[in-house]
Amino acid sequence: MIGRLLRALPIRRHSTAPPERALDRRQGAWLLGGAALTLAPHALWLPAWASALAALLLCWRGLLLWRGKRPPARLLLLAVAVAVAVGVRLEFGHFFGREPGVTLLALLLGLKLLESRAARDIRAGVLLCLFLQLAIFLEDQSLPVAALALGASLVTLGALVALADPGGPQREHLRTATLLVAQGLPFMLLFFVLFPRVQGPLWGLPADAFSARTGLSETMDPGSISELSLSSAIVMRAVFDGAPPAPTQRYWRGPVLTEFDGRTWRAAPFVEAETPFYVVSGPRLDYTLTLEPHNRRWLLALDFAGSASPAIRHASDYHALAVTPLRVRSRLALTAYPDILTGLEEDADVLSAALRLPADSNPRSRALAAELAAGAASDRETLARVIDYLRSGRYIYTLRPPLLGRHSADEFLFDTRRGFCEHFASAFAVLMRAAGVPTRVVTGYQGGEINPVDGNLVVRQSDAHAWNEVWLTGSGWVRVDPTALAAPQRIDDGLAAALAEFDGLPLMLRADMEWLRALRYQWEAVSNAWNQRVLGYDTERQRALLARIGFERVDATTLAAILSLATAALFGVLYLWAIRQRRAQDPLERQWARFCTRMARQGLGREPWEGPLDYADRLARARPGQADALRTICASYASLRYGRDVDKDALNALRHRIDALRNP
Amino acid sequence: MMRPGQGRALRMLERAERWLFRIGTPEPAPIRLVQRRIYVLPTPAGLAFAAALATMLLASINYNLSLGYGFVFLLGGTAMASMVHAFRNLLGLSIRAERCEPVFCGDTAGFVFSIDNTRNRRRPSLSLRAHGQQVGFDTGPAQLTRVCLPCPTTRRGQLSPGRTVIQTTWPLGLIRAWSVFVPEQHCVVYPAPEPDPPALPEDAGADAGMRGRSRDGDDDFTGLRTHRSADSPRHVAWKVLARGGPMLTKSYASWSSPDLVLDWSQLPQQLDDERRLSRLTAWLLAAEQHNRRYALKLPGCEVASGQGKAHLECCLGELARFGAPREEA
Repeated sequence: MIGRLLRALPIRRHSTAPPERALDRRQGAWLLGGAALTLAPHALWLPAWASALAALLLCWRGLLLWRGKRPPARLLLLAVAVAVAVGVRLEFGHFFGREPGVTLLALLLGLKLLESRAARDIRAGVLLCLFLQLAIFLEDQSLPVAALALGASLVTLGALVALADPGGPQREHLRTATLLVAQGLPFMLLFFVLFPRVQGPLWGLPADAFSARTGLSETMDPGSISELSLSSAIVMRAVFDGAPPAPTQRYWRGPVLTEFDGRTWRAAPFVEAETPFYVVSGPRLDYTLTLEPHNRRWLLALDFAGSASPAIRHASDYHALAVTPLRVRSRLALTAYPDILTGLEEDADVLSAALRLPADSNPRSRALAAELAAGAASDRETLARVIDYLRSGRYIYTLRPPLLGRHSADEFLFDTRRGFCEHFASAFAVLMRAAGVPTRVVTGYQGGEINPVDGNLVVRQSDAHAWNEVWLTGSGWVRVDPTALAAPQRIDDGLAAALAEFDGLPLMLRADMEWLRALRYQWEAVSNAWNQRVLGYDTERQRALLARIGFERVDATTLAAILSLATAALFGVLYLWAIRQRRAQDPLERQWARFCTRMARQGLGREPWEGPLDYADRLARARPGQADALRTICASYASLRYGRDVDKDALNALRHRIDALRNP
Repeated sequence: MMRPGQGRALRMLERAERWLFRIGTPEPAPIRLVQRRIYVLPTPAGLAFAAALATMLLASINYNLSLGYGFVFLLGGTAMASMVHAFRNLLGLSIRAERCEPVFCGDTAGFVFSIDNTRNRRRPSLSLRAHGQQVGFDTGPAQLTRVCLPCPTTRRGQLSPGRTVIQTTWPLGLIRAWSVFVPEQHCVVYPAPEPDPPALPEDAGADAGMRGRSRDGDDDFTGLRTHRSADSPRHVAWKVLARGGPMLTKSYASWSSPDLVLDWSQLPQQLDDERRLSRLTAWLLAAEQHNRRYALKLPGCEVASGQGKAHLECCLGELARFGAPREEA
């Protein structure tokens, strides 16, 4: 490893190479500016010490450059490099993979710049910058990051221009770099649209290719969902073909939790199949869901998912799954049947699992349940009594519930009486189970708001929710949302409406920030368009686009042919631009050249050494019929060229005389 | 900048160019760079850039980075555009080879080119190369730039720049645009003067004694005479003119020793041709320095007695051309 690192390090072995010009201050400023812009967004993701070290190395280089000093000794740099390697090893435990790779690259850039002496080192620094500009997209491909990367590459290209043209003015370097990028844009558009898209990956990705993301998990304990509620990050966006469902029907189903140990809920094992475990019937909703990657398989489909595509699997507890974990933003066409009955003939094992309670937990809740269930004619009546109890209990819905101990349901129901949805769902399930009714907890998201700008229904982490399903003979699993009993607005109007005060809610979710909210709607619509059109451009969309412009079935060969033809056409346009700018003569010179060319066509070209008057003599001898006109033209050119004052009329007169020659 | 490994590649390139573009005969001035004589190819840095882009594209495919595709294509497009910029940086330049000053063998000859930029924009980072020597320059907007390409000399005779390359790697250093031409230009290379020559060979002839002669020279003022247009302005009697008098020239006389005859055949037999030429060169310079009149006798060529810069150059020129086939005028 050390050997690799040494080889990667900028140590020049060919001391026989001719010495090149050292980096001057202005070139250095371009290069350092480009490197700083490149590294700036990385600071959000690099380990803090690495960001600080990279900044330090850049500042050091800047200082040396400013003072006009020579780069530091190689031995010192080698020591820093070894320290960097050790640091990366300690931080990540290994060198391979995305994060250590990017960290090493960022620090290597600082080291490379520090030791840059020759043009070759500077070019290597530029290439490192470009690699890092690409690497930022591994973390974030949003519009602002893209703009920053574009700015950084512009400055980096400016550094290359400054290197090629050390004497030129700075503004011209920027102008050249901008012009180059502007001329590169059509090529980019062309290749972006037409270059055959391969659905990656081409080879195995390092284990940390997809870092952990926030979101739901397969367990739930008091506080886990309220934690999510503080984040306004977007989970998914849905576009409905018809009218979107009412807020009370927007239950996006995630993992179903059946096993309970007194405090934590866990998912029970489930069976997976290609078709749903229920018979679809009733009204149907069609929608397209764009899910942000969460590195899990669940699709968070609207209850209850129909069988729409081979990419979907159905679990026996009715949540929909993808075939592989969602590691990229995914678009799915889904259907939902909100009104069907599920689990009419449920498995006995599942029902008994939905009744199990740890023997030594929540004694007070058990006693209460026994009291409520006593004398009830049916499970349905027990359910009604429990609901009544919770509704009349003056429970407070809050984002900051007090911490709970071992008997979480007891403490919530009788002591603290303040809780978030997971507290309500958990306590409700304990009561129902203790009363002998099969009950389970369903986690997922509830609600979502419609962005008025583009009509998308946006679901955020703050919409995370937990509710229950109760199994009743004849009805199967019935959804009950105990949170709605305490805070009905939560289901109708969302989280912000349901909380008493702002209660630590993120700024963006607050109801009183109307203008901020409008701004956010705009921004999210733009981001969504960017996500869908640019980031989501894949094989599928490419095919659709090509079909729309008339290429129904294209294979790779046709695509390559179209691509090369279009590239050639773009080159042709650039070529025309290049030769069009060739001449910028003054008007007099242009007229004179026109005259000489016309004479040359008659075999009387001007020799390079011939002055206008000598030329006139020769022309007059060769064309005696036009002698006077020719002499006048040459003489007036000479007087305009070498005379004292040039007046515009004389120039026009010359032009007319040359025009008049057309008809001899 | 040439690296040792590039030598062979360059020679092969040269041969290919000679064959492809039929380079060889010198062209009359001015040489105008039109589109079909400008070539573009990537530089080593350009190849490294392409390799980096390929790696980045692979990474984008592997990680499914849509923006990565865009970024790589943008950089690729920029590199392609830079090809056209490099081409355009040379397009329409016209190059004229100027007369160049003769030098002694071993000194550095300077080939002077005047390069006319008719465009009203600056053309940065051009360079000229011939005989393995390179010189870089810029041309301002609509400007005529004189560029001197230094070239060390190793042989007397005539030195031509031969295959000359004008090139640029502007704007990004990734693409090299170049054009090859053979200018009609010669530099006369005199033989190197012998470092420590024997004394001038005084003619032991009878009538050559100590008889001095008065000639026009510049030692002693002898009087004023009417001005002729060829007279040096330094010798014009400006004071007389200022007083309103006629334009007169001050005439001087110099007293000189008898004429020298520098004869090839009088040199010692053991000297080979080049050593003889070196000695004659040294003597010519010494004679001129001592204000002597001298004649030069070479096999098949004779220069009559004379003095002055023009005479010296004429003699040295004969030495430089010695043994070369004489041009038919």
